[in-house]
Amino acid sequence: MIELRDAVYRYDHAEMRFELSVAAGAFVAVIGPSGAGKTTLLNLIAGFERPESGKILLDGREATALAPAARPVTTLFQEHNLFAHLTAAQNVGLGLHPGLRLSPAQHAEVAAALAIVGLAGLGGRLPRQLSGGERQRVALARSVVRDRKVLLLDEPFAALDPALREEMVALVDRLRRERGLTVLLVTHLLDEVGDFADRAIFVCDGRILADGVPADLLNRPTVPELKAYLGRRAAGVD
Amino acid sequence: MRRFIQAFLVVSSAVLAPAAAAAETLTVYTYNSFFSEWGPGPVVERAFEAECGCDLEFVGVDDGVAILSRLRLEGARTRADVVLGLDMNLVSEAAATGLLAPHGLDLSAVDPMVGSAMATSLVGEIFVPYDWGYFAFVYDSESLPTPPESLRALVEDSEVEILIQDPRTSTPGLGLLLWMRQVFGAEAADAWEKLRPRIVTVTSGWSEAYGLFLEGEAPMVLSYTTSPAYHLTVDGEDRYRAAPFEEGHYVQIEGAAKTATTDQPDLADRFLAFILTPPFQGAIPTTNWMYPAVAPEDGLPPAFDSLIEPSRMLLPAPVAIPDKRGAWVEEWLAAMSR
Amino acid sequence: MIPRPGAAALWPGAAALLALALLIGGALGGLLAAAADTGTSLTRNSDYVLAVLRFTVLQAALSALLSVGLAIPAARALARRGRFPGRGLLLRLLGLPMVVPTIVGVLGIVAIYGRSGLLNDAFAALGLPVRLDIYGLSGILIAHVFFNMPFATRLLLQGWAGIPGESWRLASQLGMSSGQMFRLIEAPMLRQVAPGVAGLVFLLCFTSFSVVLVLGGGPPNATLEVAIYQALRFDFDIPRVIALAALQVAVCAVLFAVAARLTRPIPVEMALGRVVGRHDLGSTLGRVGDAAAIGLAAAILLLPLAAVAVDGLSGPLSTALTDPALWRAAQRSLAVGLTAGGLALALGWGLVQSSRTLRVRFYRRRIADRLEMAGSLVLILPPFVVGAGLFVLLRPVADVFAIGLVLVVLVNALMGLPFVLRILGPAATEAEERHWRLCDSLGIGGWDRFRLVDWPLLRRPAGLALAICSALAFGDLGVIALFGTPQSETLPLLLYRQMGSYRTEAAAVTALVLLGLCLAMFAAIERGIGGRGSD
Repeated sequence: MIELRDAVYRYDHAEMRFELSVAAGAFVAVIGPSGAGKTTLLNLIAGFERPESGKILLDGREATALAPAARPVTTLFQEHNLFAHLTAAQNVGLGLHPGLRLSPAQHAEVAAALAIVGLAGLGGRLPRQLSGGERQRVALARSVVRDRKVLLLDEPFAALDPALREEMVALVDRLRRERGLTVLLVTHLLDEVGDFADRAIFVCDGRILADGVPADLLNRPTVPELKAYLGRRAAGVD
Repeated sequence: MRRFIQAFLVVSSAVLAPAAAAAETLTVYTYNSFFSEWGPGPVVERAFEAECGCDLEFVGVDDGVAILSRLRLEGARTRADVVLGLDMNLVSEAAATGLLAPHGLDLSAVDPMVGSAMATSLVGEIFVPYDWGYFAFVYDSESLPTPPESLRALVEDSEVEILIQDPRTSTPGLGLLLWMRQVFGAEAADAWEKLRPRIVTVTSGWSEAYGLFLEGEAPMVLSYTTSPAYHLTVDGEDRYRAAPFEEGHYVQIEGAAKTATTDQPDLADRFLAFILTPPFQGAIPTTNWMYPAVAPEDGLPPAFDSLIEPSRMLLPAPVAIPDKRGAWVEEWLAAMSR
Repeated sequence: MIPRPGAAALWPGAAALLALALLIGGALGGLLAAAADTGTSLTRNSDYVLAVLRFTVLQAALSALLSVGLAIPAARALARRGRFPGRGLLLRLLGLPMVVPTIVGVLGIVAIYGRSGLLNDAFAALGLPVRLDIYGLSGILIAHVFFNMPFATRLLLQGWAGIPGESWRLASQLGMSSGQMFRLIEAPMLRQVAPGVAGLVFLLCFTSFSVVLVLGGGPPNATLEVAIYQALRFDFDIPRVIALAALQVAVCAVLFAVAARLTRPIPVEMALGRVVGRHDLGSTLGRVGDAAAIGLAAAILLLPLAAVAVDGLSGPLSTALTDPALWRAAQRSLAVGLTAGGLALALGWGLVQSSRTLRVRFYRRRIADRLEMAGSLVLILPPFVVGAGLFVLLRPVADVFAIGLVLVVLVNALMGLPFVLRILGPAATEAEERHWRLCDSLGIGGWDRFRLVDWPLLRRPAGLALAICSALAFGDLGVIALFGTPQSETLPLLLYRQMGSYRTEAAAVTALVLLGLCLAMFAAIERGIGGRGSD
């Protein structure tokens, strides 16, 4: 579903180089220290950044030069997923038409999507009238109406409290199973997503240094960078 | 559709017609006080418009020197048909621009004094004099009972504060510059520096300075020996007087000229000729408060009898001035801002 | 080469930059060509030029010192006293001098501090032998304090607002006295903020024109800007204009660089209402002192404006208001204000559109800075130089006095551009930072992007920028003084002429109309464009 073939990206003096292949329907957790390149990896897949060399294939098609909107990708950012001056329904509706010119059928689709994420009837609210979790649900509802195969999540739930966080990841996982999505989720809390993710990759210094089942990465770190990143957890304290 | 076209024609002709039917316009650049409501402008405008059946439009510029600057600034593109308010000190310089044209008038009717002053100049062909006067410091006798008796006394041993005009814009200002030159010669710059602390302000035109004087900002202002006639006639007030100076008083002759680029040459000629006729000349003493260029047959208004007669008449030598004006103004600027 | 997403956003900036280059380049080119024609030596009479420079620096330095000196106690008192009736109103009124037409402010100042003004009458009534002289340096300083002290107070107040609340809590826990708080908390803040504020006021006064023109009183008190005007209008001496302008640009460039280094970027909109609990507010001495500081600042600000209102209302309203010349001038001024403001906003929007894209998407911070700096460069360029340059450039092909108003619009649009960049820039950049990826991923671009994202987010700063630029152009007595004819007379020029010919009563009414229309236009644009909730 997602393939990065020797994709090189330079910023200032840092060089990042990614080699990655993700199967359709996978749920991959992306971990790694801050500034290591996790967000850049997602930006390359989403098309916000272009690689200097190498290739990016999405759904089996060359996507290196495609505009973000033309890719089969939806991204949830850590914040600013919604336009504060537009209602929840309008924010979802943007996923159907970027100029918000919607048919009655599309309006119904928006309402249905809001219901799917548990926000039935709240479409008229402005983002500031919603809680943090509800706001990210609206963003998820938009990903539902956009109906793209790849869902990238760049720590969108980091600011929520633990129970809510787990609930949101469960919602993402449900959507993945129901709609056949491929999910990449950036997180610092690997153990929390361990139940859902079937694969984890460790990004450090612009490279993917470790790749495997989440439990293996957590309990049997192979590279010293991963050990350093995990800290006391790596000593087997579970 | 036809009604629409008819309506369109009616409306468009209504908009365009006034422009088409409007009388020819003669544009005259002059200084502000000339065309102010109490100046000669309105009288002259009514009289000339009645005679020519045209529209006389005055455009006000700060003061006489500014008229020349404006003319130079606009060059051949100027809208002016006539400039009115240059004086003898400026006229050769103005003539040298090539922007003014000869008037072809017979000037034999003008006052012999004016005529003889103009005889020293090469510019009689383009310059039509309309009035003249002596520069003088006018003082308020209530706040200044004993004014200085000479220009030298004013500069060297006096504490009186004065208001003057800027020689870069105003003909009285330029006149004072030449007057100072004539009295102090090469030491004029030093004299200006001595005078400077007592100059309350330097205005760009005569009317501003005189207005400030009447508001009481200073007890003395650079004006004309004829200014008190205004107060005698209009308010019956004799507290404002001209101070006679021993060195004599500098003479100003004001005049008009036609521009070389005028698109109304005939109207301009008629206006210049009109300047020397009684309707214009008769208005001068009691509106511009100067001596008319053509001495009136029935004499001047009574208030003019009480005015001071300068002991000596200092005449301009306009031919020499153009080359020097720039240098003298520079010297003045430097002395004033030291 | 496939264009990167967002590359289309570089076109507006390029177009705006081209327009700027044509305008400024054309103006400078025209001047230089004219200078080559006349070919006089530039160094002629350097005594005079040096004297002008000396006076310009002197008055600007004194103005900055006085303005900031008076603003510090006022800002401190306002920061300390968080709740007194009228505080909010006073804070808003402090923004007034920025949009009050200079010539109106000067008229109000003459009414208060002039020879027969309120203050001299009061001195005379008290039998004091003091007489204020409004012409010359003292008048210039009074006017500059009126225009800049309130502005400085607002900026300093932001400095106070920037002191963290913990500092005050800590101070009260440690039992500091007012003096100790000032020394340990407020003085260090002032050392950081005040030099920048003073530098800004210095720059504004250094380029002051109308105040000096009206109150200067002749060659001894001419600033460079006035000297440029006089060299143009009196002598049409282009070489001297260039010499003076080069001097002004050089000094301003140095000042600009120094000020940029001294000033921390101060956000234009910031909560001034934030009140911090201090424990040292109880003493009688402190109360009296604060009341005096606030009262003095309010008097300096409000007395001249009140004088304009009172004199205007007691003037010959019926005759003055039925004068068609007044309303023709008002129409012209409105047209000039709105077109110049609109043009400034369009140019500024274009530049900001591109600079934020470069900054946020392409990580080209330096190029983005340069682009915005290009728009602010006109700050150091004397408006008369631009005006005069365009004048000589257009002289051979057009009746320049007929297109005088067009020149006035162009020059005022350029002068307004820095305000647009300052106000719109940060908001636009923030909108881009927050939303560019979302917009790209959803394919929101072009008109949709403007309609759904940028306009709702930026209408407030855009409205404020347009209101300020339009008000400045509306009340400007600058280039119009050079090109104005009775056919192109604007309200400020009409007022200046009425003041010059001592038609005091008519001038009072004109001033009130000018002030009223200016403020009404400001409010209408700010509300109309900025939407509800902006003030």
